[in-house]
Amino acid sequence: MPVKTYRDALKAAMAEEMQRDQSVVLLGEDIGIYGGTHLVTNGLIDEFGPKRVIDTPIAENGFTGAAIGMAMTGMKPIVEMMTWNFSFLAADQIIQNAAKLRYFSGGQVSVPLVIRGPNGGGVQLSAQHTHSLEGFYGHFPGLKVVSPVTPHDVKGMMLSAIRDPDPVIFLEAGALYGTKGEVPDGDYTVDFGSARIAREGTDVSLIGYGRQVNLLLRVADKLAEDGIEGEVIDLRSIRPFDVETIVTSVRKTNRAVVVQEQWRWFSVASEVAAIIQEQAFDDLDAPVERVSGAEVPAPYARNLEVAAFPSEQQTIDAVQRVLYKQEMKV
Amino acid sequence: MATTQPQGKRSKSATSRKSTANGKANGKANAQPPRVENDALLEFYRQMVETRLFEDAAQRGFRTGKIGGYLHVYSGQEAVAIGFLNEFREGDRVITAYRDHAHALLLGSDPKAVMAELYGKGTGLVKGKGGSMHLFDVANGFMGGYGIVGGHIPLGVGMAYSLAYQETGGIVQLFLGDGAIHNGAFHEAANLSGLWGREGLNPTVFVIENNQYGMGTSVERSTAMTDLGSKFDSYGIEHEKVDGMDLEAVLDCAHRAVERVRESGKPFAVEALTYRLVPHGAADFLEKYRTKEEVREWRERDPIGLLEQVILDRKGADEDQLKAIRDAAKAKAGEAVKFAEESPEPDLSELTTDVYAGEMHVPAAGPGAGE
Repeated sequence: MPVKTYRDALKAAMAEEMQRDQSVVLLGEDIGIYGGTHLVTNGLIDEFGPKRVIDTPIAENGFTGAAIGMAMTGMKPIVEMMTWNFSFLAADQIIQNAAKLRYFSGGQVSVPLVIRGPNGGGVQLSAQHTHSLEGFYGHFPGLKVVSPVTPHDVKGMMLSAIRDPDPVIFLEAGALYGTKGEVPDGDYTVDFGSARIAREGTDVSLIGYGRQVNLLLRVADKLAEDGIEGEVIDLRSIRPFDVETIVTSVRKTNRAVVVQEQWRWFSVASEVAAIIQEQAFDDLDAPVERVSGAEVPAPYARNLEVAAFPSEQQTIDAVQRVLYKQEMKV
Repeated sequence: MATTQPQGKRSKSATSRKSTANGKANGKANAQPPRVENDALLEFYRQMVETRLFEDAAQRGFRTGKIGGYLHVYSGQEAVAIGFLNEFREGDRVITAYRDHAHALLLGSDPKAVMAELYGKGTGLVKGKGGSMHLFDVANGFMGGYGIVGGHIPLGVGMAYSLAYQETGGIVQLFLGDGAIHNGAFHEAANLSGLWGREGLNPTVFVIENNQYGMGTSVERSTAMTDLGSKFDSYGIEHEKVDGMDLEAVLDCAHRAVERVRESGKPFAVEALTYRLVPHGAADFLEKYRTKEEVREWRERDPIGLLEQVILDRKGADEDQLKAIRDAAKAKAGEAVKFAEESPEPDLSELTTDVYAGEMHVPAAGPGAGE
């Protein structure tokens, strides 16, 4: 199978669908002539022209709203948020219009819109340029929210997102644009609402999404050296949410640790923990543990930033606690 | 420009301030608007009276507690929507903010369904899910009523791009209030509209319904640049003013504005000076922000009264004929109210439909719930 970077898999999905469907257009800041801040759209303006690859002024509210209007009238726009941090400027459009239009129009209007861009931190961009917004957007009915981590999934989920009749918040693992993986050629989709078991195990369910999945896989390797078999679950999709895969896993392992980069309070991990206690309470042998970002705005200094995000050690400590074992240093 | 003083007479010079510059309207700039045929005037009179009496009935429904939420009626501003929507052609789209009943009715929505929506009934225009602020009638080109001031403006500009991109020949009539001009969404969207219009990709008619108050704050208390049309200069969008109480002036202005937008694919803006003869919302009793004298003076320029006088002067109809139109409109509003009152509430199963296109599972609350 061909190997591609996360970035190229993403670009392939958009380019292939643009070839198939004239109603697909791209909008965003510096996505055309400049080539995209993260080079995801590099070259697409040459292939599809400026009517379909629309360089916008720096006006997130305006161009996101315009894309919603396009989506309401027969087009399938894909908006690039240069980073999701800038989406707060468009939050009124995303939350008040895109998410609710179908409902308050009594079903008369569809908004087949994708908003995509890098989410999360890890490259010292400090407070205003580091957010993980899956909990924030996951809160709103009417939105779909996905967070793929492998090049395979990012292509298949982007194709699903473009074809989806509802607005999709597509949170890319910005720190992983250069990572490689197997990506099939041609048309395939990955459905929303289905989690992926990234590694099977019997002793503890390790649940995450986005780049934390890679952390969980590293942790599982280390735990295995100590005879502990972790089952790593990549949620992939925050809304809709795959309850069944999680509950089935916890019924097997009886223990769960949820890892996320975002803040703990009112977060995805909180929701996962709540679902587990609602639906697998009798199967639990220990309280569900959450490993989250520190409750501070993201700092700049490298050591502080590293300390602000979940670490392998924190995760292993949490696993030790749910297994009622002594601390294990890595 | 009078933001606090009503104009005693139509300001002819204001109707075409900019149009001399564009060439196309040359020669018309200082001319009287063409006379509208008497039959057409009577039809416009019917529309105006039906709209007004519908709104009166809605206000009664609100005051008696049968209509909930907010209720913003259009009374006094009718000539603006009627004049512009007279130019509506199939394939066009119309979008406005929350003072949206008139636009829906004038585009052909059934008054019964509109009233039922205000009453929160299952037979409502949007199934009782949106209420007064969110009327939609997509089959008739009405892309909605929106409750966040300024928030709908980018949508309208995007729709115009879409219509041009798909080469439909349609245009967008984008209605906004004077209050929305001060919102960032307006400026971002107007900038995009001017930019995309340069390539013929933005056939948008911006219609500013300047009723002179953003809720209770006057234009003069909102901006140091009170000439609202000139805001569009920043974005390369031409504009003119019109007396929004004078139906014939609006009809003429709307015709020219819509034609040039349809031909060029470029946006154009019209500031229609009008007045809300009623409180901002039906719950705005005190009106501390304006004087009774001011409201009384503007009542003398009620577009219905002005049109009546034109019709009588031209002997287009006599008092009895006008009364017959008013009586019929009253009966029609009464039927809408009756229908709304007798309609059932939405079925409770409607609570969770129309959130997504299909079924989408969100886990229910409680132990063992959901799957």
